[in-house]
Amino acid sequence: MSEEFAIETEGLTKRYDGVTVVDHLNLHVKDNEVFGLLGPNGAGKTTTILMLLGLTEPSEGTARVCGYNPTREPIQVKRLIGYLPEKVGFYENLTARENLKFIAELNGVAYGEIGRRVDEVLEMVGLTEAEVMENASAARQREKTVGKYSRGMKQRLGIADVLIKKPKVVVLDEPTSGLDPKGINQLLDLIAELPGMGTTVVLSSHQLYQVQRVCHNIGILSKGKMVIEGSIDQLGREAMAGGRFSIEVETVEPNEALIKTVQTIKGVGDVQVEENRLLISTDTDLRAEISKAVVQMDFPLIQMKIQEFSLDDIYMKYFKEN
Amino acid sequence: MTAILRKELADYFTSIRFIILFAMMLGVSAVGLWAASQGIRNTNLPEGFIFLGLFTTPGIPLFGSLPVLIALIVPLIGIALGFDAINSERTGGTLSRVLSQPIYRDSVINGKFLAGIVTLSIMVGTMILLISGYGLRMIGVPPTAEEIIRLFMYLVLTIIYGAFWMALAILFSVVLRRIASSLLISLGIWLFFSIFILLVAQAIANAFIPTVDATQAELVRNGELAQMITRTSPIVLYQEATRGLLTPVVVGSLGMLTMSQVAYMIPNPLSLGQSILLIWPHLTSLISLSLICFAASYVVFMRQEIRAT
Repeated sequence: MSEEFAIETEGLTKRYDGVTVVDHLNLHVKDNEVFGLLGPNGAGKTTTILMLLGLTEPSEGTARVCGYNPTREPIQVKRLIGYLPEKVGFYENLTARENLKFIAELNGVAYGEIGRRVDEVLEMVGLTEAEVMENASAARQREKTVGKYSRGMKQRLGIADVLIKKPKVVVLDEPTSGLDPKGINQLLDLIAELPGMGTTVVLSSHQLYQVQRVCHNIGILSKGKMVIEGSIDQLGREAMAGGRFSIEVETVEPNEALIKTVQTIKGVGDVQVEENRLLISTDTDLRAEISKAVVQMDFPLIQMKIQEFSLDDIYMKYFKEN
Repeated sequence: MTAILRKELADYFTSIRFIILFAMMLGVSAVGLWAASQGIRNTNLPEGFIFLGLFTTPGIPLFGSLPVLIALIVPLIGIALGFDAINSERTGGTLSRVLSQPIYRDSVINGKFLAGIVTLSIMVGTMILLISGYGLRMIGVPPTAEEIIRLFMYLVLTIIYGAFWMALAILFSVVLRRIASSLLISLGIWLFFSIFILLVAQAIANAFIPTVDATQAELVRNGELAQMITRTSPIVLYQEATRGLLTPVVVGSLGMLTMSQVAYMIPNPLSLGQSILLIWPHLTSLISLSLICFAASYVVFMRQEIRAT
C-alpha cells in the first residue's frame, strides 16, 4: 500500500442480510486533501464511513487508514481519525468544556494540556466565551450545559470535539446542517484550512455548492458503487462537454474574418456566433491565444469566460443516466 | 477506562435519580430501625446475637422486617442504575462519538458496570452503617466479632444481589433500543420474581401433587416442590441467604419442617461456618446469575453495530 493515500479501500463490501449496501468499493483519498463523498440517500456513504472507523466490520475487502487496518487495529485508527456523525450527541447535563475534556481524556491527552487544548479548539470553531457562558445573571458566571445550546452551537462543538485529538484524518458527515449562512462560511473556511495543518478531510454532504467550494476531489456513490472519482473540473468536462473546454467571447458585431482567424488557432474546434458572442469549443485552455487574436483583429474584447462546471450539473447528469 | 468510570460516577452522584434513591434508602433504614425499636424488647434474643436483632426484628406486620424491605428495594436501585446505561447513550448520539475515540469497546460497558457497583456499595454500606450506629445508641449492646462478620457478609450479599439486577437492566439496555421498554421489562421481571413466582410455584406444585386428601408425606413433598420452584427467583434466594446469615437461631434448616419437628427444635444458633455453608449455594447462584447477565450484555454489545442515528 502506498503511503500517499490517507484512505484507501480495496473491494470494500458490506452486506446486511443478503442486501449489498456497499459493493466492492475502491476509494482513494490522498494525504492532505479535502475529499467530497457524495451520493443520494442510502447510497452507502455512512456505512462506508463506519467501516473506515472500524465501528462495523466489512463483509469483504479491506480498508486502510493511514496504513492501518480499521478492522484489525481499530485503536490505532481511531487515534488518528476524527469522526463527526450526522446526528452528533453530547452529554446534555455537562458543559461544553466538560464534554471536550472527557473526549480529550479518552484520547489520552496529557492532563496539564487538556485545558489549553480545549480553549484552542473552542476558539477554532468560533465558540466565544459569551456563547459558552450562562447569561442569566452577570454576577454569578457559570458555563451553560450543552442541553441549552442551539443546533448550530452543538454542530460547532461537534467540530471542536473532532479537532481536540489533533487527527490526521477528519470524517465529517453533513457538518453544515443546522448552521446559519455565516456559520456555514466560517466552517467551510475552517475545513479549507485543515489540509494546510496536515489533516485530510473527508466530507460527506448533500450541499453540492459547499462541497464544490472546499473539495479538491470528489467521489460519487450510487447503490454502494463508486460512479466517478476525480477533481470537479475534470469530471465536469468529461461529463458535460465530452472532455472539451468551452470558451465564450463577447465582442461587438463579429464578422466572418474574425471567426476564420479564431478557427485557425491550433486546438480550436467548433465556433458558433450568437449575436455579439462567440462560443468556442477547444481542446485545451486557449483563452490567451483567442484574446490576442480578437484584439489583433481590432475587435473590442468586452468579456471572456471559460465555462465552469457546477457540481450540480455533474451530479444531476450522472443520476439522470442511471 | 478510568476516564469513563470517573465520568459515570460523577453522573450518578449529581443526578436527581441518585438523590431520590438515596432518600428511599434512608427512609427504609429509618422504618426498619423504628420497627426494631418497637419489637426488640419483646423478642427473646439469644446471647451473642442481640445486635443482629436490630436488623431482623419485625415490628409492624405490614412492612415486615428490614431485610424484607431491603430485598424489595435493592432490585429497584439496581434497575434504576442500569436500565438506560447503553440505550440512552445510543439515542443521545453520544455512543458513536465515544466509540470513535481510541478506547476498547468493552471499557465503556465495564466502566458503567463498575460505576454502578461503586454507587450501589456506597448506598448499601451507608445504610448498614447508619442502622448499626443508631442501633448501638438505641440498645447500647455492642456487636460481637461474629455479628460484625455476619453483617459484613450481609453487605457483600446485598451488593451482589443489587449487581445482579443492575446487570439484568444493563443487558436489556443493550438489547433494546428504547429506554422505556428496557425499564418496563426489568420492572416486569422484578415484579414476577417478587410476587407472582410464589403463586405460580404453588399452582405448579398443586398440579403435580394435589393437596386434597393428601397424606402428610405428600403435603411435605408439595411444599418442597413449591419451594424448589420459588428458588429460581433471585429474590427468594437472597431472602433465604439473608435469613441464614442474620437469624442463625430460627434457621435450623432452610427446608421444610413439620409442626411436630418445630416443637422439638432447640433454639441453638448455628455457628458462622455452618451458616456460610448453608447459604453457599445461594451465594454462588446469585454470583453466577449476575455474571451470566453481564457476560450476555458484554457479548451482545461487542457485536452490535453502532450507527449515529
